Amino acid sequence: MSAGATVPHLVLDCRGLACPMPVVELGRRIGDVPVGGVVAVEADDVAARVDVPAWCRMRAQEYLGEQAAADGVPSYRVRRVS
Amino acid sequence: MEPAPVYLDSASSEPLHPAARSAFEAALGTVYADARRLHGPARNARLVLDNARAVVAECVGVRPDEVTFTPSGTHAVHLGLLGLLAGRRRGEGRAIVHSAVEHSAVLHAAAWSQAPTASVPVDATGRIDPRAVAEAALGVDGGAGVLAVQTANHEVGTVQPVADVAGAVPAAPLFTDACASLGRFPLPAGWSAAAGSAHKWGGPAGVGVLLVRKGARWRNPFPGDDRVDERTIGFENVPAALAAAAALQAVAAEAEETNRRQHALVARVRAAAGALPDTEVVGAPEERLPHLVTFSCLYLDGEALVTELDRHGFGVASGSACTASTLEPSHVLAAMGALTHGNVRVSLTRETTAEQVDAFCRLLPEVVGRLRREGGTP
Repeated sequence: MSAGATVPHLVLDCRGLACPMPVVELGRRIGDVPVGGVVAVEADDVAARVDVPAWCRMRAQEYLGEQAAADGVPSYRVRRVS
Repeated sequence: MEPAPVYLDSASSEPLHPAARSAFEAALGTVYADARRLHGPARNARLVLDNARAVVAECVGVRPDEVTFTPSGTHAVHLGLLGLLAGRRRGEGRAIVHSAVEHSAVLHAAAWSQAPTASVPVDATGRIDPRAVAEAALGVDGGAGVLAVQTANHEVGTVQPVADVAGAVPAAPLFTDACASLGRFPLPAGWSAAAGSAHKWGGPAGVGVLLVRKGARWRNPFPGDDRVDERTIGFENVPAALAAAAALQAVAAEAEETNRRQHALVARVRAAAGALPDTEVVGAPEERLPHLVTFSCLYLDGEALVTELDRHGFGVASGSACTASTLEPSHVLAAMGALTHGNVRVSLTRETTAEQVDAFCRLLPEVVGRLRREGGTP
């Protein structure tokens, strides 16, 4: 579950978006990275902390963990596995 | 003609039972005096209050002197939890160890107490593991003072192993919030104090029930009052207490039949929701409250879903952040790792029919499909 060493292939700026929009963005754009690629969802919506991992479980993708963006906003890392 | 709206939010509040209404109306005009006085009208009020207490005691299987009527279920929770904490002796543990999925009344009381707390995680179905409680009780700062574990979860219906938790941590008394299950299930074993709420079983709002076991060390955590019952506060609403008792007696007498019917109807909703794409039904599938189910639809806005169902005549609740006064997602769903957006809680009243449930199940795919198309979801 180490998110430290991963460099995202795609960063989704979801600041200011309320739930479920950060997860909708993730669902729309996951196909833009190759299998094995990492997407970072940068979201200040509190529900994203639960809903990004839940999305990964439901869509069989890999949740890598949470980091902080430069401005301190949480950055949720997801690896596309299928 | 539009069919009448269907109320599927009994877990927030059950419609008043006819038995409660008739008891309330009968008492309202005649019971007004202060039950502590020594005149005729006071003796009458005292008689009615004692009668209500005896009925509740019999329904839940406790002694009458273990029953206190409180001004709300929330207040009963506060008194139960904090009273056990106040009863701890010097040198004994003083921390509150609670499940992560307790009602907010428990969490607010724990925060207010300023006692150290430990929140014990639950599994994906929302169930707590007694061994995890024992571990938390050993590790908590200040030592375990009181355990707080609900009988069943108010949002997802999962039944908790209360007796096993009490057995796993014999050193600390256990408070159980029974608001979601009272009138449906018998109380579990092992608790020292418990709380119930009349409007959850078809009694009036404004009546809670605090149960304190004989011999439990309980001290009033709030300013006291001089009432018939030293645990309560304020002038008792005796007609409402009687109405609450009458409703409890009526629903308890039919509980087995009601539970069987509701459990089967909820299974239909679970199946219908589970068949939707990208939807998860949360909570224990079998070891659960009979009357409620919660599910979450990926990519949907909980508020839009509730509003759209309401437009079609179905009143349901939601644990999604956008529907909460706090704008925080449900702490219960979060603790389970369940999806918090697109969330709907459906809870049946004792009058909900199979036809109404089937109509809801038919509507659901249509509403979810349309909202997803309109939202342009992935």
